[in-house]
Amino acid sequence: MTANKITIEPVTRVEGHGKVTIHLDDNKQVTDAKLHIVEFRGFERFIQGRPFWEVPVTIQRLCGICPVSHHLAAAKAMDIIVGVDKLTPTAEKMRRLMHYGQMYQSHALHFFHLCSPDLLFGFDADVAIRNVVGVAAKYPELAVQGVMMRKYGQEIIKATAGKKIHGTGAIPGGINKNLSIAERDEFLKDLDQQMEWAKGALKIAKDYTVENIGLAKEFANFESSHLSLIREDGAMDLYHGNLRAIDKDGNKIFDQVDYQGYHNYIAEEVRDWSYMKFPFIKSIGNEDGWYRVGPLSRVNTADFIDTPMAEEARKEFMAVTDGKPNNLTLAYHWARMIELLHSAEKIKELLNDADLQGEDLVVKGHRREEGVGLIEAPRGTLFHHYKVNEDDQVTMCNLIVSTTSNNEPMNRAVASVAKKYLSGVEITEGLLNHVEVAIRAYDPCLSCATHALGRMPLEVSVIDDSGNVLDRKSTR
Amino acid sequence: MTKPKVATTSLAGCFGCHMSILDIDDRILKLVELIDFNKSPVTDIKKFSERCLVGLVEGGCCNEENVHVLQDFRKNCDVLISVGDCAIMGGIPAMRNGISLKECFQEAYQDGVTVYNPSGKIPSDKELPLLLDKVYPCSAIVKMDYHMPGCPPSADTIWETLVALLTNKPLDLPYELIKYD
Ligand code: SF4
Repeated sequence: MTANKITIEPVTRVEGHGKVTIHLDDNKQVTDAKLHIVEFRGFERFIQGRPFWEVPVTIQRLCGICPVSHHLAAAKAMDIIVGVDKLTPTAEKMRRLMHYGQMYQSHALHFFHLCSPDLLFGFDADVAIRNVVGVAAKYPELAVQGVMMRKYGQEIIKATAGKKIHGTGAIPGGINKNLSIAERDEFLKDLDQQMEWAKGALKIAKDYTVENIGLAKEFANFESSHLSLIREDGAMDLYHGNLRAIDKDGNKIFDQVDYQGYHNYIAEEVRDWSYMKFPFIKSIGNEDGWYRVGPLSRVNTADFIDTPMAEEARKEFMAVTDGKPNNLTLAYHWARMIELLHSAEKIKELLNDADLQGEDLVVKGHRREEGVGLIEAPRGTLFHHYKVNEDDQVTMCNLIVSTTSNNEPMNRAVASVAKKYLSGVEITEGLLNHVEVAIRAYDPCLSCATHALGRMPLEVSVIDDSGNVLDRKSTR
Repeated sequence: MTKPKVATTSLAGCFGCHMSILDIDDRILKLVELIDFNKSPVTDIKKFSERCLVGLVEGGCCNEENVHVLQDFRKNCDVLISVGDCAIMGGIPAMRNGISLKECFQEAYQDGVTVYNPSGKIPSDKELPLLLDKVYPCSAIVKMDYHMPGCPPSADTIWETLVALLTNKPLDLPYELIKYD
């Protein structure tokens, strides 16, 4: 039998980070499809030997799309290392403001710049318009809103972290600056406009899902467990909390777990064909223990959201599935926009809090050897774990980045779409875009930056067993 | 009149430099009046379809694929610019250069606290591009014409540089834009 193979490469809009292979049998039926992560950098090893206080600044170079998440997760782990269990109100609130600014810019970027072309024009719309330049031409106001929302979030990051990308605000035990009245007033001035735009974005995402519920139910759809941090009272909390995992029906697998012991609950399987590992819940095992993270999971795991507009939106969202977890891959967009609005509400709450002008920035404690820091990054739960020796050098580092937890789900989404849409048909560029739409719903870090300004470039080769190229299609 | 073409790529970088390009915010609308993007995240162009005036490269080279892309950029661009510290000298990813690749793999796939790997195998599928022994700066692979330092260079630096190049004016950056953290 000659097995044929299609390669979508790169999956990102930038070369060399991820690719999809699709295997076909003689009858052109899809037998298998995989998303390979082709990048390896070795941060966990080369950070060893570095002084711990430097880590929140160095380690964020993992990712320039959501550096704040790595900056803060590392800082939270280093809080533990310096023996600090509670920050001053000013420090904690400054970090939260930084984080909600990050959430706001990242979600806006993902929705407007990356995904709106698929949603507004259709998955197999003309390549020439199916990108953000196309959106700008047809819906100029929307495109400008996207740019201005991202800018607002980035400016908040700059005011709290010192720089828009790779800032230095969080330090072990606290923060290195507060927010001046002038900075605060600048943000308050634009806030109402931002809030309106956030509500508008939520409406687009909600209407899209509701109007296309038939598609959403069949597209890249599967049931799964969900994991996130949760506040002690069960509220959504993107900055801090305990671990909660639920199964597809909403039953709790574990709840209110102190994340310092995360490794008793989560492990990661190594597979030969990807540099990205496959996390799973240990009590269920490596076969079935995989789970999803990110906006969809967070809205599913939360008992409520503590800001009024986002809570109202959450109730509407949960009503679609009668209060049970929503397992629809395409519903990620709606959930993401609920969080966008929640972030705007949180930013408002924080800006009106006088603690941000406090002077008490850092706490000191007794040095410890080991610390774990978790945060809900835009794309899901992010794990940082370090050991530090008495010379202040890092001796161990373990990272589970958000996209890693969605590795198995993205692979399932890819396989489901490939089997459903590519089996036995003449494969077109528009059909292949379906595969990418499924990956994009997860906003994986491997592609989000490269999605930033347009569509992924695709090259597809049909290759036989011995590596001969039978057919080649390129988008341009 | 046809507009000059600009291409961009991210090699072994973190995308932060590309994000900084995005941070020119609404000036991006002005930029697309000045230029056309060719092979880049900005477009759907996978292979160079025209010769480019400027190529912006983020990240150094950590695998064979990075090398091929970079060589392709050299071939197709008149002016090639290293954007950011990774492209200029390898940056943070080059911290692995003092350590053997084997040790890096061991840490990630065998020894890590949460690793589950009964067979002990390290990912080696033929779909994964070959890693280089070290992370190399772009200038170790091809000739780079200019270097734009910073991690990342600020949006203003990128904007001023591009505008100067495109309008053929000398570049005069104020102190704030050539001061780094
Ligand atoms: S120079 Fe800095 S911002 Fe640019 S790719 Fe490298 S680490 Fe990221």
